[in-house]
Amino acid sequence: MTAIPLQPPRRLIEFTLDGQETRVPEGSTLLDACRAAGKDIPTLCEGDTLTPKNACRVCVVEVEGARTLAPACSRRAEAGMDVRTDTERARHSRKIVLELLASSTDLSTTPRAAEWLKEYDAKPARFGPDAARLNEEPKIDNDLYVRDYDKCIQCYKCVDACGEQWQNSFAISVAGRGFDARISTEHDTPLTDSACVYCGNCIEVCPTGALSFKSEFDMREAGTWNEPAQTETTTICAYCGVGCNLTLHVQDNEIVKVTSPHDNPVTHGNLCIKGRFGYQHVQQH
Amino acid sequence: MKNRDRTPKTYARITHPLVRDEKGGPFRRATWDEALDRAAEGLRAARGAFGMFSCARATNEMNYVAQKFARVVMGTNNVDSCNRTCHAPSVAGLSAVFGSGGGTSSYGEVDHTDLIVMWGSNARFAHPIFFQHVLRGIRNGARMYAVDPRRTSTAEWAESWLGLNVGTDIPLAHAVGREIIHAGLHNRSFIERATTGFDEYAAEVEPWTLTVAEQVTGVPAEAIRELAHAYARAERAQLCWTLGITEHHNGTDNVRALINLSLLTGHVGRYGSGVQPLRGQNNVQGGGDMGAIPNRLPGFQDILEPDVRRKFETAWDTVIQPHYGLNLTDMFEAMETGGLKAVYCIGENPAQSEADSEQAVERMKRLDCLVVQDIFLTKTAELADVVLPATAAWAETDGTTTNSERRVQRVRKAVEPPGEAREDIDIICELAGRLGHAWKYADAESVWNELRSVSPDHYGMTYERLAEHQGIQWPCPDTEKLEPTYLHGRLWEADPAKRGRLAPFGIVKHDPPVDLTDDQYPIRLTTGRRLDSYNTGVQSGSFASPLRRGEYVELCPEDAERYGVSVGEEVRISSRRGTVQAPVWVDPGLRPGLAFMTMHFPDEVDTNQLTIEANCPIAGTAEFKASAIRIEKLPAAASRS
Repeated sequence: MTAIPLQPPRRLIEFTLDGQETRVPEGSTLLDACRAAGKDIPTLCEGDTLTPKNACRVCVVEVEGARTLAPACSRRAEAGMDVRTDTERARHSRKIVLELLASSTDLSTTPRAAEWLKEYDAKPARFGPDAARLNEEPKIDNDLYVRDYDKCIQCYKCVDACGEQWQNSFAISVAGRGFDARISTEHDTPLTDSACVYCGNCIEVCPTGALSFKSEFDMREAGTWNEPAQTETTTICAYCGVGCNLTLHVQDNEIVKVTSPHDNPVTHGNLCIKGRFGYQHVQQH
Repeated sequence: MKNRDRTPKTYARITHPLVRDEKGGPFRRATWDEALDRAAEGLRAARGAFGMFSCARATNEMNYVAQKFARVVMGTNNVDSCNRTCHAPSVAGLSAVFGSGGGTSSYGEVDHTDLIVMWGSNARFAHPIFFQHVLRGIRNGARMYAVDPRRTSTAEWAESWLGLNVGTDIPLAHAVGREIIHAGLHNRSFIERATTGFDEYAAEVEPWTLTVAEQVTGVPAEAIRELAHAYARAERAQLCWTLGITEHHNGTDNVRALINLSLLTGHVGRYGSGVQPLRGQNNVQGGGDMGAIPNRLPGFQDILEPDVRRKFETAWDTVIQPHYGLNLTDMFEAMETGGLKAVYCIGENPAQSEADSEQAVERMKRLDCLVVQDIFLTKTAELADVVLPATAAWAETDGTTTNSERRVQRVRKAVEPPGEAREDIDIICELAGRLGHAWKYADAESVWNELRSVSPDHYGMTYERLAEHQGIQWPCPDTEKLEPTYLHGRLWEADPAKRGRLAPFGIVKHDPPVDLTDDQYPIRLTTGRRLDSYNTGVQSGSFASPLRRGEYVELCPEDAERYGVSVGEEVRISSRRGTVQAPVWVDPGLRPGLAFMTMHFPDEVDTNQLTIEANCPIAGTAEFKASAIRIEKLPAAASRS
């Protein structure tokens, strides 16, 4: 049993980013450096509360002297590196990744996907109408959330959030191999027969809307979901004394979904079933 | 097995005031003016026999104004909240030892500690996001020990589970203490510098050998020994507890017995080492901090201190009664004797949350005037003379709440309240105005700033800083600086002057549960929370939880077999106070002779008809955790199948 040593102050690392001399704290990723420098790199599988999984490859950048492109989300900055974010090769790679993802999955609810497809001139349609798709109905097996695997890019963020990185419930995992790989409960049972505790922390990290709150799913189906008209207000949960920060998404004076700030020292973006879903009592008139 | 309707009773928001024209008559809708006039009239008539139930669910600002109402407008210190039914013993125990009623550590320290003891706490269910910090600690290499009569889902993550008999926490803690002393693992220099009463403590625990403790607690001697050595040898250790420690007739003694262990080993006042009670309501910490308790003024300042009283008397232009008021438990007793004639109850539901709930209802019916201010027409509101519709603090008002790690955080208004519902503070000020005190607060922030001016621990927390830092932990006396995340670092100071008041060991004795098991009532019933439900269920009953299955009496497989009952079968459960009917659930985490129920579905199964109102003499908390019951199979004809 050892004490956790106090960390010494972090040194600054100097390297070149798109021709500019850049300094970032030791341990920063290239993505951290890009964001600090105001560069907009697309990301999907990267999660600010999760360990990088390097699954989607949409954030790749070119590191001088390296044979392959490097995922900015996980590659750490090193002194003397020469990094280019906007080379032909990096842009081409992102374009292919976006085309492959957009041809095989439904990115209609992925924030910024349409913008990136346009920016990188990606043409997912070129693979033809027979491009491999899952083509299955959304799974609605409970009143709190919906799993629409037509929208799943298999970034594994939900698996990590449900598993050892946060929730430790292990209700979902990757099943199958190769082209058959998919996110599933054990034996593909309904969520209600799984180890799920309905914390919704998987939805919190899902980048594409494959996992969504039933409230949001129903409103989208009905055509009443209107994000620009929603307000987001951060308050404190009304249940136990832990003091979780809740961000209430409100449309027409009704709470339509609940999230939590990812940089919050109490929650790190995680909630339990009561905080996430137990708000209806205030709107029973 | 009948397919039970899993939808509990749901409550609709109250959207306009209600009054009764005569005792026992029906409610009718009233205007705000009429309802407030009636409430004011009822309270005025009862000056000198008034009690305030403040709300551990509402904001600090509301609690501040509520206690000020009791003290200034009604001239009494009779103000309390549901903290009495849960963690009052923690506050009493911590303040007796350290002079301050908050947990000594922060959640972030749990991530980085070496050993975590979860004593009488199923945080995995009751405090899930705190438990994520525990899991992080475990992932970072910490070991966790669970002490609980039930093998809970918290215990599943433990290095070792110590399944003690209900109500034997003091023998177990004393045996751990004795083992630490006999193994020479106590922190002599810390004990000498920072504590008092060690010799007396060592003498008190001396009879509790591992063997004796095994006989009394049911925990194998080797497991006790292992916990003692692990806790004493750890570089840093966190000792966390919940209601398994406090909801006993000797809850404060239990808390003292645990704190003793931290004093013995020096596991307090350092980063990563401390004691943490996990609080049960969003603002039960803040309610006490704001003075909504009968013995403290805002900022947890003692009413008996003349200087403190003088400060508040000047600030509020009033006279503060120089003695403690009645706590919630005393107030209920005073209703019986006629000493309490009027109650202003804000956001509490004692008709269902008090132990021996039937008695609580009978007592409230004797009041001349009961004013209830709530968002729902609860069972308590149904007894009221005047019902005032309020806002839901967490989503419909601005303000702050204080969590278990003493972090004051901003609550913000996100939605408009329904109908004519009004903010708590407005309503209290309207009543104060009718009773001769024209209070004007522009907004919650102006209340907060008034509080800051009288509470040094909160002085440095402006709303602006609270937003900037995502909450600030008290104490925060300075508007520029932040204090360490842990309390009582002073105990480690070399200079006696800086060290301050030394921490006394608690000399406490084992006292078994009041409600003894015998041939007639052979089973020990203990109570707790489930993951998806909360307290009396008024709030948590309204969302469609896939986990909810209603109220059951949970038995171990052996007992289920012994009584010849199966899952879903309705049985009759009787204690010396009442009888309820509930279906059976079988939980292998329970042991023979131990049953478990919750109070989440009181409209379906009123578990608190079974519990005993045996109160902790220091903190007034009832022994919810230990009743003696009997299980009876229903005659075939009567059972619903």
